[in-house]
Parts: sequence; C-alpha cells; structure tokens
Amino acid sequence: MAAAKPDGVAGFLSAASIRQSMLAALVAAGLAFPILALRAEPDLDNHLVLINRWPLLAWAAAIVFVGHQLAQIPQIGRALKWLLFGVGVLMVGSLIVSALRADFPIYGRLLLAALALTTGGTALAFAAPFDDAHPFAARQRALRAIVAKVAIPLGLLALFAFPLVMLAALGPAGSLKWINNYGVQILIYVMLGWGLNIVVGLAGLLDLGYVAFYAVGAYAYALLSTTFGLSFWICLPLAGVLAAFWGVILGFPVLRLRGDYLAIVTLAFGEIIRIVLINWTDVTNGNAGLSSIPRITFFGAPFTASDNGFAAMFGLEFSPIHRTIFLFYLILCLALLTNVVTLRLRRLPIGRAWEALREDEIACRSLGINTTNTKLTAFALGAMFGGFAGSFFAVRQGFVNPDSFTFMESATILAIVVLGGMGSQVGVAFAAAAMIGGTEILRELDLLKAIFGPDFDPAQYRMLIFGFAMVAMMIWKPRGLVSTRSPSIFLKERKAVAGALVGEGHG
Amino acid sequence: MRWRTDPLLCAEHLTMRFGGLTAVSDLSFVVGRGDITALIGPNGAGKTTVFNCITGFYKPTEGRLAFARQGIADPDDVATLTLSGRRSARMRNGELYLLERMPDHEIAWRARVARTFQNIRLFSGMTVLENLIVAQHNPLMLASGMSLLGIIGVGPYRAREREAVQKATYWLDRIGLIDRADDPAGELPYGAQRRLEIVRAMCTEPTLLCLDEPAAGLNPKESSELNALLRMIRDEHGTSILLIEHDMSVVMEISDHVVVLDYGVKISDGAPDEVRNDPKVIAAYLGVDDEADVESVVAEVTR
Repeated sequence: MAAAKPDGVAGFLSAASIRQSMLAALVAAGLAFPILALRAEPDLDNHLVLINRWPLLAWAAAIVFVGHQLAQIPQIGRALKWLLFGVGVLMVGSLIVSALRADFPIYGRLLLAALALTTGGTALAFAAPFDDAHPFAARQRALRAIVAKVAIPLGLLALFAFPLVMLAALGPAGSLKWINNYGVQILIYVMLGWGLNIVVGLAGLLDLGYVAFYAVGAYAYALLSTTFGLSFWICLPLAGVLAAFWGVILGFPVLRLRGDYLAIVTLAFGEIIRIVLINWTDVTNGNAGLSSIPRITFFGAPFTASDNGFAAMFGLEFSPIHRTIFLFYLILCLALLTNVVTLRLRRLPIGRAWEALREDEIACRSLGINTTNTKLTAFALGAMFGGFAGSFFAVRQGFVNPDSFTFMESATILAIVVLGGMGSQVGVAFAAAAMIGGTEILRELDLLKAIFGPDFDPAQYRMLIFGFAMVAMMIWKPRGLVSTRSPSIFLKERKAVAGALVGEGHG
Repeated sequence: MRWRTDPLLCAEHLTMRFGGLTAVSDLSFVVGRGDITALIGPNGAGKTTVFNCITGFYKPTEGRLAFARQGIADPDDVATLTLSGRRSARMRNGELYLLERMPDHEIAWRARVARTFQNIRLFSGMTVLENLIVAQHNPLMLASGMSLLGIIGVGPYRAREREAVQKATYWLDRIGLIDRADDPAGELPYGAQRRLEIVRAMCTEPTLLCLDEPAAGLNPKESSELNALLRMIRDEHGTSILLIEHDMSVVMEISDHVVVLDYGVKISDGAPDEVRNDPKVIAAYLGVDDEADVESVVAEVTR
C-alpha cells in the first residue's frame, strides 16, 4: 500500500499547516454547532429550553486542530494506520478471548485458535498497512501467496466444522447465537454480496436496488409455498427464475443509462417493488406481511418433536438447534454455489465480456460483443442469486413483510461489495463478515466497557464506530480490501493487476 | 486499381447530419478488396464520422454502405437487397451486407468490419492476453454453448480457448509483445498500446480493418514498424485496410488508394500520386478560400 500522503501536507507547525488546521477546526466547529453546541431539553414545566454547551464545541474544534497538526508528521500517519489495524486485530482477539473464557472444551478452543490464526494471517497478508518499499512488503507478498493456498481449504473446513463444534462446545442453547446471529446472518450477506458482485463488481453496473430481487425471492417462496403447497426445493429454483425475470425487466429500460442515472433508476426500482408489496394487499397482505410460511424440512422430515421428525429419524433428542444447523449448511452451500458459478463464469467468455464492459463499453461493441445481452445476463444472474437468498430468508424467518426490504439493505449489500474490493470474491466474503459480524461483535465487546465505564452501551454507538471505520477505509484503501484484480487467463504467470488500472464502470 | 475492379465496400451518397450540421455530405467512394485505402483530409473534415457510419456507431442520415464480403457484388443483387428491407443476404457471389442497417456489434461479428479508435480504447485493467481473448468473444461464446455447457465443463470450450490463446500468441509474436502477455494493457508504452489495439481488432478475423489515426503519437521508428505491420496484415491475411491518417509519410508510402475529404465532401479520389498533385487537395491543406485562389495556387504548384 502506497504511503497515503494527503494533498497539501505543509509540515508540522508551519504557517501554512496552521492555517489549514484552523480552517479544518472551523469546518468542524460549523458542522458540530447544531449537534454539540445547542441542546433542547424539557424543563420542569415540560417546556423545551435551549441549553448552550459551548465548551463541548470548543473541545471538538481543538481536537480537530491538534489532530490535523499531528497528521502533518508523516510518521503519525503511518502510526495511525497501524493503530487502526491494531484496534481491528484487538477486537477480533478480545472476542476470541472472551469466548475462550466461557467454559469451552479443548476442541472448541482449537477451532477458535484456528479461526483466529486464519483471520490474523489473512489480515496481515492483505490488510496490513506496509508501504511497498517497507522491508516487510516482500514478506507480506510471500505470506499472501501462502495464505492464498492454505486459507481457502482451511477456512472452508472451519466453516463446515463451525456449527458442530459450537454445538458440542456450548450446548444447544449457548450455540444458537453463534450459529444463527453470526453464522447464518453473515452467510446470507456473503451470498447477497457475491450476487451483487456480478452486477457491480464484474459488469460495472451500479445497482442501488438489489434488495428488490431479494424481496422477489422471499415473496416468491412465501406465496408459492402457502398458496400451492410447493416444497422449498421446488420453490428455490422457481424463486431464482422469477428474480432473474425481474432482473431482465429492470435491465431492459436501464440499458441506455449510465452512471448516476442508472443508479437512480435502480434505486427507484427497489422502492417500486417494496411499495407494490405494501399496497397490493390482496396478494401480499400489505404491511402485515405473510406469516405461517412452511418451515424448512430435512428432505421431507420436519424439524419437530413428532415421530416422523428429523430428531426421531436419526434417534436424536429433539432440539430446535437442529433446524438452525441445517439452515446454516443450506446457506453455506447456496453461498458456495454462487461463488463457484461466479468463478467459473469469470473464466468463460461471458465473464470476460462483463469485465471488458466495465473497462470500455465502446471497445466491446467494436469487437462484436452484444452489450445489450451481456448487461442483461449480468442483471439476470445477479438477480437470480438474490432470489435464492430471498427464498432462503423466507424459509428461515417463516414470515416476510416489506420492512425487511428497505433501501438500507441495498446500501448494506453495496457497501459490502465496495468494501470488499469490486470484483474480488474473497474481499466480498471478508467485507460481509466485517460488516455484519462487526456490528454484532460491537454489541458485546466488554473491552469498550472497560475503557468508557460500565454505563457505556456499545450497541448504541456501533453505527458511529462503523462509520469511522468506513471513512478510514475510504482514505487508506479506497479500492476495497482486495484492491487488485486477478486475471482470468495467463500465458506464463498470473500477475495481479493493480487496482488503479482497473475500471470501475460507468453504469 | 483494385478499387475500380473489385470493390469490397461501396459507400454511396453517404450523408450524416447532426441537427443543422452536415458532417458528411453526399459522399461516395469505394474501398477495394485487398487494398490499403487512406481517408485523409484536414481536421474536422468528417473522416471519423465516416468511420463511425461504416462501423455502425452512427446511423447515417442517408446513403448506402454495400459491403460485399466474399466476391464482387452484382448491382442487381444490391438493388434487390436494398428493396427487400433486409440487412444482409447470401448472393451468388457471397454474402452481401448493408452496413447502414446493422447495429455496431453485428457489423463486427457478421460483416467482419473491425476498427480501432483515435484515442486508444484498450481494456486497460485486463492483461494483454485477456484483451486478445475478449476480441474472440463470439466464437468462444458459441464454443461454450452460450455459457451453459461451459459452466458445467462439457463441450469443446477448453480446446477452443487453447486455440484462442494460440492465435493471441501468434499476434503478440508479430508485434513483439509476447513477453508482456501477462501485464495489464494499461501499463504498456503508448506505441505498444497502438499496436496491441490493431492486433486486438485483427483477432476478430476482419475482412475490412478500419484504423483511426494509427500513427498518431508514434516516433519515426514506430511509424515504420507500423507500416510493416499493416503491409503484413494485408499481404499475409488478405485483410483490406481503411485508415484515417494525418502522417503523410505513412499515407503515401503504404496506401494503394487515397480518398480526400474536406468539409464533409470528397474533393479527390485516386492513387497516391494523383492525389498528391491534385490542386484541390493542395488548396484544402494550405487553406484557400475561394475558387480564384485555388486557381492561383494550382498555377503556382504546376509552374
């Protein structure tokens, strides 16, 4: 990673830098004025009174001033990067330590240690802020090569072992949170991220309404299963086909649009689907949503305490955790399917045409590539995986309503793709883990309580901390976690392409 | 003289208007099979507009672009096809295309007219090899069963892809970029990018190759290498070339036929020597306003 030298670095305590710092402080004061300096509180008569908090404003401006001055020292910039990197590692570490403190048997600890090592090694290989000239940079590249070989099989093994180890270690009640809140939840977003990655990362078409296809998939399963009594395994492909169909429906009118215009229309499309779901009460039951959707069965055997249930079939003691574990494996397989299909498509002409389209659409047309069909297949395939994920969502929740498909969801999925590095499958998986797992972890970090006092509730600040992390990313890794592109074919040696050369697409 | 006896592309009454501006006006010219044809003219003469019409990036306001890919077209056949409203037909002498009716990607894939751009348009984030593989998109797409067979790994795709790589290596060898096959195209020096763009177009196996200022920004050595490359393309691959060029050393040295445009109108058409001595061309390049001045320039030149 190149030394991020901000424009106009003027040197510590020089006249020019002091002028810049004062300007920064002024801007901060201006921004903070309505938030920090003024506060409306009800008095004893329950009338709102305005309270001035000038010292707070002064502190904010002073912090910005000092911070800006410190940032003029080059070493500080790098130290800050390391600090941020350290905080990230510390967060993962403290999570693992807090998990280890829980009464874990030895294999549970081993799994966690393996997870921690994989995460740490990958983080060091890909995200550690070494400069290219730094002596460690070469070792980092070597580590990257090792990680690329080892991490994927190891990570897959850990993922498949994860629910069983958790169950053995924490029992049915204790492991539910880990398998459900972390495992299933993250994997849904990994799958959605991979699906959107086809449209945004590979084809370079900015889609702000991806959640629409997630909604189509969810409602497709909900309606098909409750109305026609179809099983999940029949509804799943149908939901994918329906979502792909809607992807094409969206694709046709927006084919001529590029960039901002495309983004606006896709955003509108996402909202149209949601508003139709709210208002078409005859079919969708409006805001109340559809409930009593048939739950997942183990190829026909329901996860109930009955005689023909899953537990009885395998002679196990009934526990609701069985369903959760099955859901975990289901979404893991669906996500891996998305990944395998995308990786294979990248090596086929269609995938190369997507990437060429992202680089230069006019050149594509001059080479005889039908850009209309190429864009439509990208929309359709991305939407299909969104539809699969949607029908998984419906079967997992047993209930769908339009509130699950707001613009925030689209924004989160897009943030995962951008954060991961557009077009990179591994990057997107890590970004999903960081975005979804990270917000969950912040809920329960005792570490923060130790720093800010026992009254500190990290859950209230998690979006704020998250915002800071995103801003830091945009400054230091603007092309995402994995900012290089891996070529789809090579003659002698596969060399990664620097992110700066890779196009971002124009719509 | 092949453009008189064996026309590949006949542009007739080609007119392109943008609102009130007429960029190309009633232009008729012929590109001969196996010729290197140069389209020259002062800046703003409408040369690139003609290119965009031929390659389908613009739809001409008026005119016909009859492209006889395989043999000399019978005028009656052209007339029949024009009246039929269809884009192309298989005639006695091979396939006949009306380019003005076809979209850009069809022109590249069906009629086999490839082009390069004035401002280089490589896929700069893809490697040199990938650029040449993308150029072979359509045959590879068919080999992969429109991706359906390719995704499950059956069918002839793997073998076809190996052939595509072989073809790419052949071309990289010819332009001396084989050692840089795995580097991103955007990292190549300017002259190499120009050559790569030309061979990328060649990977689509064109019958007619349209080059928009291929020598722009090249030094004399690169310019002469380009001449050799273009001759090789014509002689060994039988591909006809239509090029826009400002560098007269390139134009006069390699072209068989020169068409001169000025303000969207053809002012001269013929062998390089004829065109070089055409007083109208000299006047257009020196910038003379009216007929009387043209005559005085002619007098001066021919003195």
